[in-house]
Amino acid sequence: MADIRNNFVGIKSPNPFWLASAPPTDKAYNVIRAFRAGWGGVVWKTLGEEGPPVVNVNGPRYGAIWGADRRLLGLNNIELITDRDLQVNLREIKQVKKDWPDRAIVVSLMVPCEEHAWKAILPVVEETGADGIELNFGCPHGMSERGMGAAVGQVPEYIEMVVRWCKANTRMPVITKLTPNITDIRKPARAAHAGGTDAVSLINTINSITGVDLDSFAPEPTIDGKGSHGGYCGPAVKPIAMNMVAEIARDPETQGLPISGIGGITTWRDAAEFMALGAGNVQVCTAAMTYGFKIVQEMIAGLENWMDEKGHASLDDIVGRATPNVTDWQYLNLNYIAKAHIDQEACIKCGRCHIACEDTSHQAITNMVDGVRHFEVIEAECVGCNLCVNVCPVENCITMEPLAVGVMDQRTGKPVSPVYANWTTHPNNPMAKVAAE
Amino acid sequence: MATGHFKEGIAGGRLAAEQYADNFSDLHPPLDHHEALVESDRCYFCYDAPCMNACPTSIDIPLFIRQISTGNPIGSAKTIFDQNILGGMCARVCPTETLCEEVCVREVAEGKPVQIGRLQRYATDVAMSENKQFYQRAEPTGRTIAVVGAGPAGLAAAHRLARHGHDVTILEARPKAGGLNEYGIAAYKSVDNFAQAEVDYVTSIGGIDIQNGKALGRDYQLSDLIRNYDAVFLGMGLGGVNALRADGEDAAGVTNAVEFIAELRQASDLSGLPVGRRVVVIGGGMTAIDAAVQSKLLGAEEVTICYRRGQEHMNASEFEQDLAAANGVIIRHWLQPKRVIAEGGKVSAIELEYTAMKGEKLIGTGERLTLTADQVFKAIGQSFIPSALNGGGAALELEGGRIKVDTEGRTSLANVWAGGDCIFGGDDLTVSAVAQGRDAAESIHRALTSNGRA
Repeated sequence: MADIRNNFVGIKSPNPFWLASAPPTDKAYNVIRAFRAGWGGVVWKTLGEEGPPVVNVNGPRYGAIWGADRRLLGLNNIELITDRDLQVNLREIKQVKKDWPDRAIVVSLMVPCEEHAWKAILPVVEETGADGIELNFGCPHGMSERGMGAAVGQVPEYIEMVVRWCKANTRMPVITKLTPNITDIRKPARAAHAGGTDAVSLINTINSITGVDLDSFAPEPTIDGKGSHGGYCGPAVKPIAMNMVAEIARDPETQGLPISGIGGITTWRDAAEFMALGAGNVQVCTAAMTYGFKIVQEMIAGLENWMDEKGHASLDDIVGRATPNVTDWQYLNLNYIAKAHIDQEACIKCGRCHIACEDTSHQAITNMVDGVRHFEVIEAECVGCNLCVNVCPVENCITMEPLAVGVMDQRTGKPVSPVYANWTTHPNNPMAKVAAE
Repeated sequence: MATGHFKEGIAGGRLAAEQYADNFSDLHPPLDHHEALVESDRCYFCYDAPCMNACPTSIDIPLFIRQISTGNPIGSAKTIFDQNILGGMCARVCPTETLCEEVCVREVAEGKPVQIGRLQRYATDVAMSENKQFYQRAEPTGRTIAVVGAGPAGLAAAHRLARHGHDVTILEARPKAGGLNEYGIAAYKSVDNFAQAEVDYVTSIGGIDIQNGKALGRDYQLSDLIRNYDAVFLGMGLGGVNALRADGEDAAGVTNAVEFIAELRQASDLSGLPVGRRVVVIGGGMTAIDAAVQSKLLGAEEVTICYRRGQEHMNASEFEQDLAAANGVIIRHWLQPKRVIAEGGKVSAIELEYTAMKGEKLIGTGERLTLTADQVFKAIGQSFIPSALNGGGAALELEGGRIKVDTEGRTSLANVWAGGDCIFGGDDLTVSAVAQGRDAAESIHRALTSNGRA
């Protein structure tokens, strides 16, 4: 049986599935329910500094986009950090940690960008016995307008500075949570690293408007006729999040920096993909908010079954395994040639591959052969783009088949070369490092 | 003497009063908004979609389904009506299982086609409930056209002609318009007086005058129409019912299934409608199924369909056969009627002979079977009665006992077109009648306006 126990920067949990800092982790009641359901840990919803509690809107906080049958694909929110009293939160954190010693409790924090504010909150959190802190440099709405959250996360110098303050003032591990609302995710990660962070976690939510009410012409969610951007999350953001995780994992400056992966993780497979790209564990929110805490049971069993099937004994066997395979476009092998192949037995003759290729790509799929409706790849035209595979409604009906070395590519009339050759050495590249013969 | 359900003979009131409404409620209840969205999402928006090619009226099915899925049911309805102005009724009565849904790629892939008929009903219901009219008449052309018969073919022709600015007079023999939509379809396929609502919807374009109680050959002659109108469209359907060719079929209790179906549709109180305790239906098509199922729903204890060939030869679709079976109708094959046995002038049993194929030929085996019956329905097909056409003037050319037309619906007489069940080569489907009426109208329009120019 695979061992899925997790040790993330010294914080131990029975599995790598944590609940992210968000509404599901705002109070003891929810967190206890989560632990009962089997979650390995939680990042307690962000605490602010002592004082009058944060105020939330009293209208809709969430907006969404849906797929078929109203399956939720993307969620956005304009909720702020916890609006509960700091002391109540601290008391509950202490009690829950005491009652659930084997689970991870990390406390998310966001206080003004001044050293004294951080110096004030760190000891009181430490006193709860929490396993670590996560610096909320990501929240994109409301708090950022007050110089916190994403307002810090978008300035690498601030990140480095605050991380340094925290490392200097607490024994607890520091996880720095990054905002995706920037151009190059490596910059804030490098800054956090330079400040001495123990780990980064990403992504926080993405600035978004989920919809526009076409009667009132107001963005959604709408508060009294107006709307502001919210933070986007859920399955729709997963590809963006995975790229950012991979960018940090393979950046020489941050290589080896532990990453807690966040962004649309809904199933064990999503989690496994994040971990393969370099995440040491994962955090989940939207899936729990959509289906409840029970989903973790599927995640645990699914991950274990897959690891058993593939012979991976522990999480160390999978974390980062895909990272070396993430590269830049210029290093992709231009001598690798694949052609689409349509399994005629599996084909249901919907014709979507044909029309996609015909209208928008390379005119490489038939629609009629000898007067009969028939969809077949014309190899002499196929550039192997994969669009047909992506639009085909039948799984594995269309596959990309690599041409073996030496086989004639009917499109170019040239045999497949055994040599790896990329753009850096290509004769058409004026910047080619090696001149073409 | 037994009462209610087990009353002997042909009697009404076999069921409790409230049972009738239940039994004759909508066969395919309408999809609600969410169901329609979920179902529309199943459509793959196929290229050169097989469903569209299978539809006799060539409705752009992937497009109308996509319009439903994007929250545009009104646009969806227009896509349907552009090709088939009787799309509402076709959504209810088309044997989709042998047309669009049979070739749906999801039927091929998973045996579960997109429910095209029910989606079509959803969109057309939305538009019709809002009385959303999509078409305006062109400038009046001053041309007049007589349409014989207010059934699907006649209505489709009339609507298209009216759109082109021609003035249409429909002459209908029956008291109500609609043809088989009104008189020939099982009640549970068209509830809430839908056929009349559709006639109103179609004719509200204007320029269509329906005159009821006007029968060709009785009240006027074809030659009158040719003389008085610029063009004539014949869409009068089939007037005759094929005989059993069994001895004693004149006995009381031997009824035409089409008449029973019509009577049932027109009945204001189903509990008053008499039906036999033991009913035998002779035939293998939709009419046989409709008569048998409705007999059962009216409270008949035993209903048996006897068909002279095998299950695979039945004109009724598999779905229809299953529907009959689900309602407790027994379908027996390889049996042909030989003799109606009567007592006191009323049918008491029917004697049948087993049949078999001998080479290409169907023969009686000599073995006989007698089924007790107090009512026998004839549902072995309808025939065209050409005598109505013979009111002086040149005779119309027939083919296979029906009117011969070319690909545009032109008959052998100048300025006379025909479509629907009365022409040769059709498939006796509502949707085909609509296509023929529509296409004949286009042909008439071209002829009257020299290729569309007035």
